[in-house]
Amino acid sequence: MNRIIKIILLDILKNKIVLGYTLILAILSWSSFALEDNSAKGLLTILNVILFTVPLVSILFSTIYLYNSSEFIELLLSQPVKRQKIWFSLFIGLSSSMVFSFLAGAGIPLLINATDSVGVMMIIVGCLVSVVFVALAFLSSILTRDKAKGIGIAIIIWLYFALLFDGMVLFLLFQFADYPIETAMVGITGLSPIDLARIQILLHLDVSAMMGYTGAIFKDFFGTSVGLIVSFLLLSLWAVVPFYISLKKFNRKDL
Amino acid sequence: MKIILIAYFLSLSLWCQAKTIVVGKNQSVKSITAAVAQSSDGDTIVVDYGIYKEGRLLINKEILLIGKNFPIIDGEHKSEIISVNAHKVTIKGFKIINSGHAALEDPCAIRVYDKSDVVIENNILDNNFFGIYIQNSKNCRVKNNIIRAYGKEEQLIGNGIHCWKSDNLQIIGNKISGHRDGIYFEFVTHSVIWRNISFNNIRYGLHFMFSNDDAYITNVFRDNGAGVAVMFTRNVKMFNNYFEENWGDSAYGLLLKEISDSYIFNNRFSRNTSGIFMEGTSRIKVEKNVFQSNGWGMKIQASCMENEIVNNNYLKNTFDISTNGSLVLNTFNSNYWDKYEGYDLDRNGIGDVPYHPLSLFAVLTENNPSAMLLYRSFMITLLDKSEKVLPSITPDNFIDNSPLMKSLPL
Repeated sequence: MNRIIKIILLDILKNKIVLGYTLILAILSWSSFALEDNSAKGLLTILNVILFTVPLVSILFSTIYLYNSSEFIELLLSQPVKRQKIWFSLFIGLSSSMVFSFLAGAGIPLLINATDSVGVMMIIVGCLVSVVFVALAFLSSILTRDKAKGIGIAIIIWLYFALLFDGMVLFLLFQFADYPIETAMVGITGLSPIDLARIQILLHLDVSAMMGYTGAIFKDFFGTSVGLIVSFLLLSLWAVVPFYISLKKFNRKDL
Repeated sequence: MKIILIAYFLSLSLWCQAKTIVVGKNQSVKSITAAVAQSSDGDTIVVDYGIYKEGRLLINKEILLIGKNFPIIDGEHKSEIISVNAHKVTIKGFKIINSGHAALEDPCAIRVYDKSDVVIENNILDNNFFGIYIQNSKNCRVKNNIIRAYGKEEQLIGNGIHCWKSDNLQIIGNKISGHRDGIYFEFVTHSVIWRNISFNNIRYGLHFMFSNDDAYITNVFRDNGAGVAVMFTRNVKMFNNYFEENWGDSAYGLLLKEISDSYIFNNRFSRNTSGIFMEGTSRIKVEKNVFQSNGWGMKIQASCMENEIVNNNYLKNTFDISTNGSLVLNTFNSNYWDKYEGYDLDRNGIGDVPYHPLSLFAVLTENNPSAMLLYRSFMITLLDKSEKVLPSITPDNFIDNSPLMKSLPL
């Protein structure tokens, strides 16, 4: 298994796209901290990177990589290696390269410029989001054999979580404004990994505003150690469940 | 000449008759009550260190009561501890603990009844129901006291310094914590509150009602249940104060309600849920303040009018301004907003594009507080950007026409 991971990691490195991604993240992060006079604005830029760029790159790159390495996968399958092992190695190789490039690109400037809890939370959440969207890429690429269709699904998944979901939540919020839906909203955020990530960072970034009435409800849930564990568990579930489904499908897939 | 000299020394000797009574374990006078009974106007009573349990100590003569090494006067949770019922009394250097707790008569550590020129200085007040209560008095000074209590609920504890229907008070350099309101002013005029620290009180750090022509300067109000409230008042000057860490839905750095003709200058509001909350205020000038890291820098309700908000710094706030209506009768000018994205072509330090400090999302959360959940979502950022360009929901006259490009050095 280790050898397969090594081969995959080397292959990804040779690809140079991931290196480019790291470089872009680094330029974005460093410049946003250097250009603004207060670190809060730099943090906001990185927040948008985490909520927007990281998921997009993770899911698109992974999906395309999986389709392109279909011949390599077939070759591996002809060897006496378990299918599960191959799929796992691919996942670990892809997600670790995504996490590494996030850490190298955005993590280092964060650690240097924002040493408080916000910075640490952003790094953890950014890594988790990378892994979640790699897992979603595995799911979208296993759903169909057609490459165009698979990439389409990946883009739709990203669009849904990055944009549509919040739009729908906003719509629901105003439709049900007369009802006490605050606690229900806490549950609904669990349905989107990006929202989970965003709220965890928000609780550290806008702590004063979050102490207001509804903020307090969220803070009471997400801000406590139980809430923190639950939301991280949920985020991890967002990585585990799609990957598990894809693994099941891969095991039974006729290649 | 001789006669004058003789007269002078005679008068001096008469004046010198003011005697000093020493109270203590090893002295002839053992209790403060006895000392007060023996004394006459103008005397000094010096109290040695020790624990004195004397029930209610009534001071009805113009005396100086001075403690050496903080002698402890223990009220044993029974009643009021010191009642001042004479003019020109000075109480200095005591540790006064454990007053009674009662809802009806408000027992205090020290209470001044309808008198003038009373000085309460350098005392430590610990675990009392009310700390210092000044009623219907004039020209009194409360200085450098440490007032602590350990209240858990609003109904079960009194105020630190409670002033009612008084004039010309000086509240200086006190440290107040754990009471209901740190400092409470009702019908108090021409008074000054200077260099106090009021923190961890259950309700307000400073509570101001119907008190005109007062000033509070260079105080620190930190982590109080509901911040500071100034209500139903006019002509109040608020200079150089710190309002910090007042967190909660109805907690405000500074709550202004029905107040007019006041001046808020050079204060610092940091890390509050709301920096300033204004309701029904008029003709207030808010100048050269710093609003930093608050949830809401200012909440200005539509019931406010003719307020001037000039030359302030708004830094790192979640929302700089929020309001509950579309009516805008206040002016914003020459403030620094760290969210301003305009440019300055003629390089005069003033942005060429007016700034709309009210964001769409601030309005949305005002109408529907749950929307806070979506804050900093990309969707909301998009909506906010388009609203900034073409205001439709936010009032378009809510505007700073001359936003500063650089923050003011405050």
